[in-house]
Amino acid sequence: MPAADASLGRVLLAFDTSSPTVTVAVSDGADVLVELTSAETLRHGEQLTPLIDRALRQVGITPRDLTAIAVGVGPGPFTGLRVGLVSARTMAHVLEIPVYGVCSLDVLAVEAVDTGSVSGPFVVASDARRREVYLATYDEAGLRVSGPDVLRPADVATDQPVVGEGAALYPDSFPDGRPPLRPGAGWLARCVAEERAELRDPDPLYLRRPDAEIPRAPKPVS
Amino acid sequence: MRENDGVTSDGPLVLGIETSCDETGVGIVRGHTLLADAIASSVDEHARFGGVVPEVASRAHLEAMVPTIERACTTAGIALHDVDAIAVTSGPGLAGALLVGVAAAKSLALSLSKPLYGVNHLAAHVAVDQLEHGPLPEPCLALLVSGGHSSLLRVTDVTTSIEPMGATIDDAAGEAFDKVARLLGLPFPGGPHIDRTARSGSSVAIDFPRGLTGRRDLERHRFDFSFSGLKTAVARWVEARERSGEPVPVADVAASFQEAVCDVLVRKALDAASSEGIEDLLIGGGVAANSRLRAMAEERASALGIRVRVPRPGLCTDNGAMVAALGSSIVSRGRPPSSYDLPADSSLPVTSVLAG
Ligand SMILES: [Zn+2]
Repeated sequence: MPAADASLGRVLLAFDTSSPTVTVAVSDGADVLVELTSAETLRHGEQLTPLIDRALRQVGITPRDLTAIAVGVGPGPFTGLRVGLVSARTMAHVLEIPVYGVCSLDVLAVEAVDTGSVSGPFVVASDARRREVYLATYDEAGLRVSGPDVLRPADVATDQPVVGEGAALYPDSFPDGRPPLRPGAGWLARCVAEERAELRDPDPLYLRRPDAEIPRAPKPVS
Repeated sequence: MRENDGVTSDGPLVLGIETSCDETGVGIVRGHTLLADAIASSVDEHARFGGVVPEVASRAHLEAMVPTIERACTTAGIALHDVDAIAVTSGPGLAGALLVGVAAAKSLALSLSKPLYGVNHLAAHVAVDQLEHGPLPEPCLALLVSGGHSSLLRVTDVTTSIEPMGATIDDAAGEAFDKVARLLGLPFPGGPHIDRTARSGSSVAIDFPRGLTGRRDLERHRFDFSFSGLKTAVARWVEARERSGEPVPVADVAASFQEAVCDVLVRKALDAASSEGIEDLLIGGGVAANSRLRAMAEERASALGIRVRVPRPGLCTDNGAMVAALGSSIVSRGRPPSSYDLPADSSLPVTSVLAG
């Protein structure tokens, strides 16, 4: 494993917690030096920091060598998503380095284009639970054209290639499923290093309001 | 061995994070000296729902985390790199809310290369008193009452040995305050409004029931609490009044309800202390801010030769300083740090002061 040389300029830590898998990578701006994926799905809160620690050690650097952080901002299940975002914001604050957010569907799109999984316009759809998908549409270069939105698969059924877990979960609506299934942090690092995707603030893309019911007005008493 | 006293101590510089409910708290202590207690509350966002909405709380924690850390450092006049250790509430509490604090704490610990301590929220409510009154008398008996908990604890060593003696079998005491406040048309959170309204009412106007104080209940639940029967009794009383077309004496209802809650809490706490031969009673949690509870506890305890310690109201409600205070005791006593795979445990038992 090549040791990153912080003096050369860029050492980017990237991670995404928007899917059931936690993914972490370190890049020197040109190459991905290490990419690690959690052994288990979910439990993001328990797995993220140990994975970051391991990734940095494998490259032979400390957090203070980092020059930027890239984080997937979803959309994805809220609890896991927040683990990634609060970690990115906190680390960036301590280390006084910038933090860049990237829509996690864009990460899937860039990988799909660069690996030749798709060639024309396509759709990215991930699991939004509750029988819905998070969905965005892309042009042949992998630039987002519409979305992301949270939608019912049947309402947006398409014969276009569909990248991401949505196609695997809803083959009736998305018959032409293509890899990759879940975002990888190495591709997230590339998205930021090469500015291949829109760079955003590290704010979560919730796309749904919190479930909460306003109780009926209290009975007035004199 | 005597620890540093609370006024002029040095000792470890500890940053504590608390996100178990709706307050994002970041506290900084050196030894047992409070340097900063920064809080961001999402209580206003929950008020229209009549209670804390977990997802709303979790979202607010994420937004408040870094600004609150910054504010605490500015107030304390320290740089993050000066900190010796990071402590965080790892449970009990709302799972999603805890997770935001735990993830932030891990990120601080990793980025600063400083040890991480995942600690028990209830133990932190006990430890916070050291910031105000110096080293804890150990053993002591702790009565913790808030919207989330109502517990009687025997504290032998606040960093290792806390045994539960009793707890609520239904609603938490603070929850009963919220529900009765709603019934009376008072705003959320109910505690302070009931306290204020009760001042102009009579505490003996209505004889509300004292849960789990009958002879048979005392056999099985000597140190346990129950507030749901009381809440129902208040509701029935108010409804009966309304049916008869008479005005509801809100201040009297509030005062009589509050008296019933405090009576049971104090009676059982003092019974527990006496039965264990413990001479120090510590009261913590949001309900400890209740003026009647403080007055009643002091009055009845002094008759028994028991000393009462109650931190000031700002330290009784959930805050980061209490987590830092417990972290400081843990560091001073050389307990081992938690690992980076520390989970957020919504039902962490109070016997686990320090999580793995
Ligand atoms: Zn509490």
